[in-house]
Parts: sequence; structure tokens; C-alpha cells
Amino acid sequence: MLAYIVRRLLYALPILIGVNLLTFALFFVVNTPDDMARMQLGVKRVTPEAIEKWKRERGYDKPLLINSSSSGLATLSETIFFEKSVRMFVGDFGRAEDGRDVAREIAARMGPSLAIALPTFILGLLVSITLALILAFFRASAFDFWGVVLCVAAMSISGLFYIIGGQYLISKIWRLVPISGFGDGLDAWRFLVLPVLIGVISGIGSSARWYRTIFLEEVNKDYVRTARAKGLPETIIFFRHILRNALIPILTGVVVVIPLLFMGSLLTESFFGIPGLGSYTIDAIHAQDFAVVRSMVFIGSLLYIAGLILTDLSYALVDPRIRFE
Amino acid sequence: MLQIKNLRLGFTRDSQLLVAVDGISFTVAAGETFALLGESGCGKSATAQGIMRLLPTNGRISAGSSIQFDGQELLTLSEAEMRSVRGKRLAMIFQEPATSLNPVLSVGRQIGEVLVRHLGLTGAAARQRMIALLRQVGIADPERRLDEYPFQLSGGMKQRVMIAMALAGEPDLLIADEPTTALDVTVQAQILDLLAQLQIDRGMAILLITHDLGVVARMAQRIGVMYAGELVEVASREDFFERPRHPYTQALFAALPDIRRRGQALTTIPGQVPALDAMPAACRFAGRCNQVMTVCQQISPEWRIVSAGHQLRCHWTGAAEIPAATPRLALSEQASESPAFLSVDALQVHFPIRRGLLQRTVGQVRAVDGVALTISAGRTLALVGESGCGKTTVGKALLQLIKPTGGSVKLGGTELVGLKAKRLRAARRHMQMIFQDPFASLNPRLRVGEIIAEGMSALGIERHGAAQRTAVAALLLQVGLPAGAAERYPHEFSGGQRQRIAIARALAVQPELLVCDEPTSALDVSVQAQILNLLKNLQEELGVAYLFITHNFAVVEYLAHDVAVMYLGRIVERGKTEEILRTPRHPYTRALLSAVPAPTLDTHPAAIRLAGEAPSPANPPSGCHFHPRCPQAQDICRQSDPHTTHLSQTHAVNCHFVS
Amino acid sequence: MMGFEIVILWSDILIWLLVAASGGLAILIAKNPPLLAAWRRVGANRVGMAAATVLLAFIVVGLLDSVHYRLQLEGKPGTQPSYAIEVLSALDAMLTPLRTRNEKTYSEPFATRLFAKESIDLPGQGSIRDYPRLKHGGKHLGENEAAVAGDVTTTALRAAALALVAWLVLAALAARRVASGGSGWQKIWRGETDFAWNAVLISVAIMLLILVPLFSLAGQYHVFGTDKVGQDVLYQILKSIRTGLIIGLVTTLVMLPVAILLGMTAGYFGGWVDDLIQYLYTVLNSIPGVLLIAAAVLMMQVIIDTHPQWFSTVAERADLRLLALCFILGITSWTGLCRLLRGETLKLRELEYIQAAQAFGVANGRIIVRHILPNLMHIVIIALVMDFSGLVLAEAVLSYVGIGVDPSMTSFGTMINNARMELGREPVVWWSLAAAFSAMFVLVLAANLFADAVRDAFDPRAA
Repeated sequence: MLAYIVRRLLYALPILIGVNLLTFALFFVVNTPDDMARMQLGVKRVTPEAIEKWKRERGYDKPLLINSSSSGLATLSETIFFEKSVRMFVGDFGRAEDGRDVAREIAARMGPSLAIALPTFILGLLVSITLALILAFFRASAFDFWGVVLCVAAMSISGLFYIIGGQYLISKIWRLVPISGFGDGLDAWRFLVLPVLIGVISGIGSSARWYRTIFLEEVNKDYVRTARAKGLPETIIFFRHILRNALIPILTGVVVVIPLLFMGSLLTESFFGIPGLGSYTIDAIHAQDFAVVRSMVFIGSLLYIAGLILTDLSYALVDPRIRFE
Repeated sequence: MLQIKNLRLGFTRDSQLLVAVDGISFTVAAGETFALLGESGCGKSATAQGIMRLLPTNGRISAGSSIQFDGQELLTLSEAEMRSVRGKRLAMIFQEPATSLNPVLSVGRQIGEVLVRHLGLTGAAARQRMIALLRQVGIADPERRLDEYPFQLSGGMKQRVMIAMALAGEPDLLIADEPTTALDVTVQAQILDLLAQLQIDRGMAILLITHDLGVVARMAQRIGVMYAGELVEVASREDFFERPRHPYTQALFAALPDIRRRGQALTTIPGQVPALDAMPAACRFAGRCNQVMTVCQQISPEWRIVSAGHQLRCHWTGAAEIPAATPRLALSEQASESPAFLSVDALQVHFPIRRGLLQRTVGQVRAVDGVALTISAGRTLALVGESGCGKTTVGKALLQLIKPTGGSVKLGGTELVGLKAKRLRAARRHMQMIFQDPFASLNPRLRVGEIIAEGMSALGIERHGAAQRTAVAALLLQVGLPAGAAERYPHEFSGGQRQRIAIARALAVQPELLVCDEPTSALDVSVQAQILNLLKNLQEELGVAYLFITHNFAVVEYLAHDVAVMYLGRIVERGKTEEILRTPRHPYTRALLSAVPAPTLDTHPAAIRLAGEAPSPANPPSGCHFHPRCPQAQDICRQSDPHTTHLSQTHAVNCHFVS
Repeated sequence: MMGFEIVILWSDILIWLLVAASGGLAILIAKNPPLLAAWRRVGANRVGMAAATVLLAFIVVGLLDSVHYRLQLEGKPGTQPSYAIEVLSALDAMLTPLRTRNEKTYSEPFATRLFAKESIDLPGQGSIRDYPRLKHGGKHLGENEAAVAGDVTTTALRAAALALVAWLVLAALAARRVASGGSGWQKIWRGETDFAWNAVLISVAIMLLILVPLFSLAGQYHVFGTDKVGQDVLYQILKSIRTGLIIGLVTTLVMLPVAILLGMTAGYFGGWVDDLIQYLYTVLNSIPGVLLIAAAVLMMQVIIDTHPQWFSTVAERADLRLLALCFILGITSWTGLCRLLRGETLKLRELEYIQAAQAFGVANGRIIVRHILPNLMHIVIIALVMDFSGLVLAEAVLSYVGIGVDPSMTSFGTMINNARMELGREPVVWWSLAAAFSAMFVLVLAANLFADAVRDAFDPRAA
């Protein structure tokens, strides 16, 4: 088991290196730092001096890969690639346009992101799986048919509508909770209710339908027939036999996103003014803050890979075939 | 005890009811075994599911049907009441033990469910009971097995667990739906013995659903024959085997390959079972019956009692068995002296097992571990063995579809192992293969004509469109299909017809050797006979040699000149068919032969029963691979691999105790 | 007669290529009975066919909006003709009144006056603050502004009657197509036809009953109101359709060849080729989609901004940005399909008909083309239709985030983004948002329902 985990971890390393190289190419090779400076400073009134200054302030004035003016290891280390890309592996993400340390900012913003994303994730999972179980239980009935139609309709609605509509109805018309903002400590719940609720509702349609398909696939398997032949009641068949087997494909899609919860949600956070990583990313995109976007890409991949490893481990929990290998 | 009256059930499709079982009636008495016999699609499994009320959601049981169990009508019970009958007084085991057990629950959990549900047993008492049950079904070390999961058990053991689960509620009637079809013959023999023993011990009735006359002969006291959703004959064991009266029953016997009919063509039943949505109104067998009369096509026959306990639905009153007046078709023996056309020596196919951090190779699955055989032109060599012994791998390695790890395959003097792709292509036209599954062996997106012509184009035999079409038409004719078939798609054909198409495809490049990988194991007996006859005719006409890979000794007896018996990657005995079948010398060959249930009334000779199942080729036993299961095994068997002993010019055995 | 110059945008080329490809595919399908049978099953699916009818209407609008031209400017005879800077489409030509009759700023649906009070100079009475009369909305009523309700009702009813007549003609034609005489009509409504005619006719009826009155009213009113700069919202909705279609279709189209090729290669050959391709898509897949898109779009933005000389018109720049977005979305979304195809190829490779072909020494390339690709087509088709709706929805979100289409290009995303700011106003400006969300909902729902029908017909496993 331990060897299995270690192997997964080692396998993650080349992927992370690949991501790193890819982002480096995207941010520094597709466009030269000069181009970025010109764009940031405004194309029209730009002087070579301004460009140089802009590059120097951000440390973009070094060569890309090999610094021939330095000697020894410094030929490799005093380069954009080393300072901007390689150093990300040790948690050094550099500074944002406003001069703040990106790593510190990220650490501070993970909390609020998680405060929204985690309850949304757990509640959404519970509600969707319950709904899917009910639909699968009454499969091929009118209830099931209209349930699925409703799911398809729900997933055809834009996520923006759920947010805008929810804010308008609950905060503006009914004035139940504040329309946006974030508080500290226990007071935070007033700000969290609405985004969590909206997050859960907007996800129900597609996930309930997906889980239902998984359940239905299990319902027709031979072992279910065996369970029926034993005279077991349908509820036990569903909860003990079908649910356990269906968990394997469900986990594939679900566990992988758990680490990504740290990243928060772009839309929800920016609409509700939550000071999390999602709104941080969106602000950086709007401000064309390349350093922040680059860091978020790297952290996102890191978390995704962590999710992949977690998924493999979770299989071992539900599937004895993997546990005993 | 079980009394079924006028049971009629079907499946809805597009708001239309397709009747799968049409008004059948029979009874099963306490403590007896009643066998429902029939080919695939005749409705026997649907009947079993109907009795348990376990039909799929689109299944419907028509009004007027009645299933009485111990005087209680099952069809009017509420679902909750029915649940307390299922698993308690009425239990069922299924064909596929591999998929019928829940993969994520332990064995103990799955058996325990029945104990809690029907006997209210929990905790230590339940565990004691489960251990007793497992011991009863012949599972060694039951304490440990209880906590294991299905994937840790072998196929035979899974079926034993299924039986233990069925027995847990102490049922009065056990419905066994093809309980041994997915198992090897030696394991089948074990399971059948177990069922027979349990029946004697518990006085339990068994409703056995099967297509295998041999299993019927081994197990049944009374037999009901089903055809196209109807019961056509019900007879006692003696009447069934000695005086079968329905032309269908008689034809089933006549279609079985058998040593007595060696050299003759098998009787076949022409045509196919009518489709569910196109059932004839009169006798359903009329279209395929060789005794058909005008009345058969007009009126559906009524039940007629022939003698006490023997009844049938047939207009024909003749008693004669179907005469074996088929033309004699001698196995051509003249080719026996010709030199070897294909010779294989020390053939090895190993698959690496990779583990650990760097996926290092930590072991080898020795699927084929040193196989030597020769085939002469125009002869048939049968390669016999149980599943997993590597026989299919041998076939594919001969054609270089799987790269051999070592050894040599010489085709007419040319070494094929390690040959470059281009040179290999030239050799390919001399050897072709027919596969096991007629549904997976034809590309569903291509027309039959394109499928057959593929080899001709690829090997440059016939490239021009018109000439290809003529060749395809000739081939279709040769395998007994209409020329119009070339324009149609595979899904329009039945299993037997598809196998004919596969044969035509292989013949298209005029090979001298055909590797036939269990070509009839997916087919019904009557269709199997058609294909076997076809293969035999083709050998007569074209002089093509066969490597016939099979697990079925009856087919071997009928078709093969020579036999090689394989066990765990090695050949343990080879010789002429007569030598192997009459005087088998290797303990495995003997056990294999005695495990095959014969479709006759004769009391079975003291059968040699093998314990356990074949071990994994990833971790073969030391010395003689067979020693852990061999009744004669001694120290020497564990230590050293036996040499080949030649008993005659043709008969060779690999066993320490043959000399 | 004014001269004009046809303008061919890159996206137009792709769209019409797509149309040609689907035509070719239709011919191919007609020749291949198994595929034809699957499409027949789609045709028999009532919900699916109703959805397809609605989709078809959207597609027609999108296609009309994909024929572009520039009008010739009036110049002195003999001089080189010069063309207007504005690029128009066939749809614009048909909707000229809608396009040109702009108000000053916001107005409610069916309003005759602006939404905000302004100072109005009345001759001789100085200036007062009031809601100014609209320039175009309800102009024909003159001073009689109270008559709006009555006028709308009569116009709508008249148009509805016209729609009914048109529908009856269509239905009669369909009935004759099914069977001559009266039996065709009966067959259709009893659901006895192989093709779901009844579903198609009902959805046509509903569409006609809604659209004909809507457009007959659109001549005199702003049926969905006007936006901040006074542009008719209905016109914007119609213009957004093309953007949505391009995002939904072209994206899948650009990623298909890559996904199919790499997926089949990885699955069929295995070994180091498989390892490499798996590595490639795991790396791409491990970057969260939005972030990769954001990064790529930002970089593309830099390129576009630093090379203004590449584009002669705003439309061209917006068009190129749209295509670049499609490519970026394609690059981030091919991995899923690729993995699916790889897995399926692994299964197919073990099938006996592939081995039979190998036993004949058929070349690998030929095996892939003849035996593997045709048996993967159902997965590709399902992926194509399933992805469409997701991409249309994604466009709206991306445009909101600021990494979507060019702000000058009309799309559901830009409409929502612009209108969202006005929700804070009292009273609320709701019509623009409502219209955009509704139109998008209808499009996506139709696409989802159609996708379900296609999946049911092509995937034997799905219930």
C-alpha cells in the first residue's frame, strides 16, 4: 500500500514539471516580456525606457533560459525560467502587480474560499445522490421521467442566472441576507448561506442525472438479481448493494475535485464579494496580472494532481479488489 | 410441490408483448430433480425467473397463469409476502458465478444477509452457521473464506458460495439456472456431485435449467423439453433416454457428436428457432421437423400421453428413432503418412508481470511453457484443455498474432518466429484462424462481402472488384450461404451463419491450415452439428488441415485424427484419437475424460474426481504442474518435471508413472 | 442599386465547411445501414425531434448571419469604389428596421417612452422633466399612447391567425408526404409514423404561434425593450445566436481530429506511444480549465493588442478573437474524448475481428481506418452533441470573467455582462437580462434534449 502511494507521488512529479514547462512557454515564449510590457503600458505612448523599467521592476529583464553574462550555476539560475518557474516548486510565487507577495496572499485567501466551497460540495453531493437514488428507485415511472426532464431543464440554465436570480430574489426583494460581503468568525454565516445555497442548487441538475445513470447501470447487474433472489427488501438492496458498487464510479469524478475546493469558485466569489482565491484570480485576470494567473495555474495543477492521488486512495476504501492487491 | 399451470409470460418492447413462454405446465415433486432442457432462447431461463417473480422490469406474467408452491399461489402474493418466500423456501443459483456475487461485499456478509433475513440469526450463531454451510459445500478453510471477497475466489468456489447462499435459508426447492455452464468440466463434475449429494442429504427438490444432455443424464429424474416457448415433451429419465418421442428431442440426440458416429455426418436440424415476434400459430417445430405433416402447419398439437409419466405435444405418432441414414463420411486417413506441414517446438509465450515503483518485471505469466506439436497436411489435431491452460494462446502464437517468447514455429520449412512483417505476410496465406465468438469476430460496420474479401485484398490474391465478387459468391456457396448474403451486414445473421461467414473469410486466401478456436462452443447443439459437418466436408474437399482448439471431448471424438491434451501451459499427453480416448495414460487425461457427463442412461463408471482447480500460470507449481491435483502424486512429482515417454510411435505421455 | 463587396470571415469559412461536412456525412450515413438505423431511432424519438426542430430554427438564423458583406459608399463616379467600414450580414439586411431604429437609451418592452426622465424643451413653455417619447417604439400610434395594449392584442391575434394558416399548410404537406389521402393525417396524430412527425409539427406550431406575432409586433415596438445605447434587444438576441453556435460547434470540430487521432494511436499501438500521449493529456488535464483558458486568452489578448495592423475592421478582429477562443476551448477539452477513445480502442483491439484482420497481415493504418474508426463513430457523435450545450453555457461565464469573446461582439455572455450592471437600478432594468437568459435556456435545453436522443440511439448501453 505504501509503495503504491509512493509510486503515485513519484508519478505526479513529471506531470508537475510538464505543467510548469507549459505555463512557462505560455507566459514567456508565446509573447516576449517586451510585448507584455507594451500591452500593460498601453501600446501608443510607450518608450523603450518605460519598457525596460517595467521589466526591471518585475525581474523580467533577465534572459529566458541561459544567462551567458553570469558564470557557474548562475548561468542557469539568474534567468526568468529559474526565478519565475522553477522557484514555484518551493512555494515562491513572486510579487503581484500591487507589490504584494503572492504566496502570502494565497495563504490568506484559502480560508474564505474553503468556507464557501466545502459546504457547497458536501451539501451538493448529499442532495444530488439522494435525489438520484430516489429517481433510480422509482425508475421507469412517471416520477422518474419528469424528474429527469426537470434535471435536464435545470442543467440548461446558465450558472449566472442562478446567481443573479438568487441575489435579486433573496437579497434584494426579500432582504433575508446581505447581498454580498464577508465577515469574520461566526458572523460569517449570514454571508455564506446564499452563495452555498445557490452553489448547491445550480449543481443539482447535472449531477443528479449523472448519478442516476450510474445507479441504473448497477441496477441491471447480476448481483442485484442474486440479492433479490435472497428475498432482501429493495431498500437494503439499494443501500447495501447498489450504493456501494456505484460509489466506485462516483468517487472517480468526485474525489478529484476535493483539493480544488481550496481554489474556490470564480463566479460565486466575485458576485458575492468573498475575499477568496476565486475572486483573487478574477481580479488578476481583469488587471492582467500575469504573475498571479501563473501562480494560480501552478497551484491549480498541484491540487488537481493531489486529487488524482486521493482518488486512487479512495478506491482502496470502497473496492476490496484494490485494497488487497 | 411446485405446480405450474398454463404459465405464460413475455417481455414488452415498444408497447408490444413478445411472448417468451407460452402456456407451459409441469410439476416438480418434493425431493426430485426436474430438468428443463432446451436450446438458447427457448424460454427456460425466463420460466425460472418467472417462478421466482424476478423478471426484468419489462417482463410480464399473463393473467391465467398459475404457480403453486406447496399449495400456495405465488402469483397472487404481495411483493412483501413473495420476499419471505424467496431465499427461504425457494432459492436460486445462476449461470455466471463471477457476476452474480456482489464484488464489494465479503462472502460472510452476503451469506449472513440470508440468515438475518429469514432465520433471524446474527453474531456468533450466524458465523457458526455460515462456517457449517461453507464446509457443507466443500470449501476448505471456511473461517478464512468468510472474510474474503469474491475476487479472491476461483470460479468453482464462487459457485459453491452461491450454493451455500441458496442453502442458507434451508429451501424446499432449489432452482439451478445453468449452474455449471460457465465452469470447466472437472469443476462441473464437482459441482454436480455436490448438488446431487445435497439433494440426498436434505431431501430438497431441484429444478434444473440446462441445455446439456450430459448434465441431464447425470442429474435429472424427470425431464421437460422446451422449444420456442413451449414444453413439447415430458418424460421420466428412462423414457427420455431410451424412448424419446418428439422429433425435436430425437434430433437433439442425433445432433450430438459421439464416438459411435465417428466418420458419419451428424444429423442437423435445418433452419433456426422462429423469432419471438413471428411464432407460427400451429406447431412451432413444424418448419424444422423431418416428420412434418400437413396437419402440423395447421393445428397446434395437444398434449398426448404415451405411457405413464410420458407425454408429448406432437401430431406424429411414429415411434422410430431418426434413422442414421446419413451418408457416410469417413475421416480421411490417407494423409497420415505425409510429412509434418507445421511443426512447433518448445514454444513459449510469457507475459511479464510488472510491479513496484519502476514497473520492473517481477514475474512471468507462463501462458504457454514449452509446447511441441506437429500437424500434417489434411489432418486434424485437437488441442484439448480447460480454460486458462493456454490453448488459445498457442493458436494465436502459431499465427504470430501474439509474439512467442521463445521456441520455433516452422511452416513448411520456414521459421516464423522473429520473421519480419513483410516476409510474415507471405506466410499468412497458408494459415488462418476461426474464432470462438461469432459475434465479436465480424466487424459490424462492414458488409459480409467486404469482410470475406479483406484477406484477398490484403494478401494480394484477388484485387479486382469483379473477380473478387465472383470469388466471394463461390465461397458463400461453399459454406452454405446464399450469394445475396454478400450485400448484407453481420447483424442480420444468426450465430451459426456468422460462423459460416468467418469460415468463408478464412478460406478466401486458400490456407492449408485453419486454427479453429472453439468455433462451436458459443452455439447450440443443433447448430454446432451444422458447423462440424461443414468443417468436415471442407477438409474432404480442400484437404485443409485443422488445429482444433476445444474443451469438448465429444467434438474431439467426432472430428480429430490426433489429440494433444494441455494443462497449465504444457502438453501432458498426445497421440492418435483412439489412443487417447481408449487408453489414456496421464492422470489428467483420465480425469478429464471421466468428468465429461455422457448423455446416456448407463450408470457412470467410478469417476475420477479432481480436487480443486487449475492454479494460476503466473505461479505454476514446481515439478510436474499437475501434482497438486494429481491423485497419484509423490515426492518426485513435486521435484522434477517428467520427461516425455513414448508409448508408441504416436502416443507420448509426460508423467513420472508411465514408462 | 448599391454595390457591395462580399466579406468572408474565417468563422464563416468554418461554418460553411461544417455545413458541407454535415452534407457529406448525411450521404455517407445514407449509404451505411447500421448508421442509418441509429439515425432512424433518433428520428423516432419525439422529444429529440421536437428539440431538433427548435435547434434547426436557431441554426437557420446562425447561417443567415454568416454571409457577410460591406456596402459600397456613395462616391464620385469614376473613382475607385470605397466600402463602408461596417460589416453586415444577410441577417442584418433582413432585420434592417430592427438594426437601425435605435432609441437614445433604455426603454421597456412595448414602451412608447424612454425609461429615464430627461429635460425636454417644450417650445414656449421652457423645459420640463419627463419621460421622452420614443423615436420609433409605437410611433404609428402618434399621441394615442394609451392604445398600446389594444393595438398589440389585435396585431398579435391577426399574426397568430396567419401563423395558424401557415401551419395548416405545412401540416397538410407533411400528411401528404406520409401517405396520400386522409390516412397520412391520421397516421401522424396516432403516432404511427416511423419519423416523429407529430412532435415536429407540434413544435413548429408552437414556434410559429410565438414567432410570427413577435416579429409582426417587432415592426412597431421594441418587443424586448432596448438597452443602454438604445439598441433593440430582440436584434441583439438574434445576433447572439451565431456566436453561440460557433462556440458550440467549431470548438468541438477543431478538437475532434486531435482527440480521434491521438486516442486511437494510444489505444492501438500501446507501449511508449501510449505513455507519451497519456502524459500529454494528463498534463493538459491537470491545469484547471478556466485557468488554462484565462492564461491562454490573456496571452492571445497581448498578441492581438500588439498587432493592430493585422485587422482592417473591428468585425475581423472580433472574429479572429472568437476563433482563437474556440481553439483555446478546444485545446482544453479534447482530453476527455481522447481518454474515452483510447479506452474504447483498447477494448476493440482485443476483439476477434481485429485479430482476424491482423492474421491476414492487413496494415495497421488500414485496420485503424477500416475496423476501429467506424466502431468509434458513435462515441464521437455523442461527444459532439453532448459538448455543444456545455460550451454555449461556458461562453456566457467566460465573457463575464472577461476572457470570452470580444466586447464588441454580440453574444449571450456580453449581453448578460452589460445588463448585469443595471440590476442595481431602481426600478430594475430586467428585460435585457431576461431575454438573454431565456433565449440561451431555449437553445441549451433543445441541445440537451437532442443530445439525449442521440445518445439513446447510438449508445446501446444507456437507458
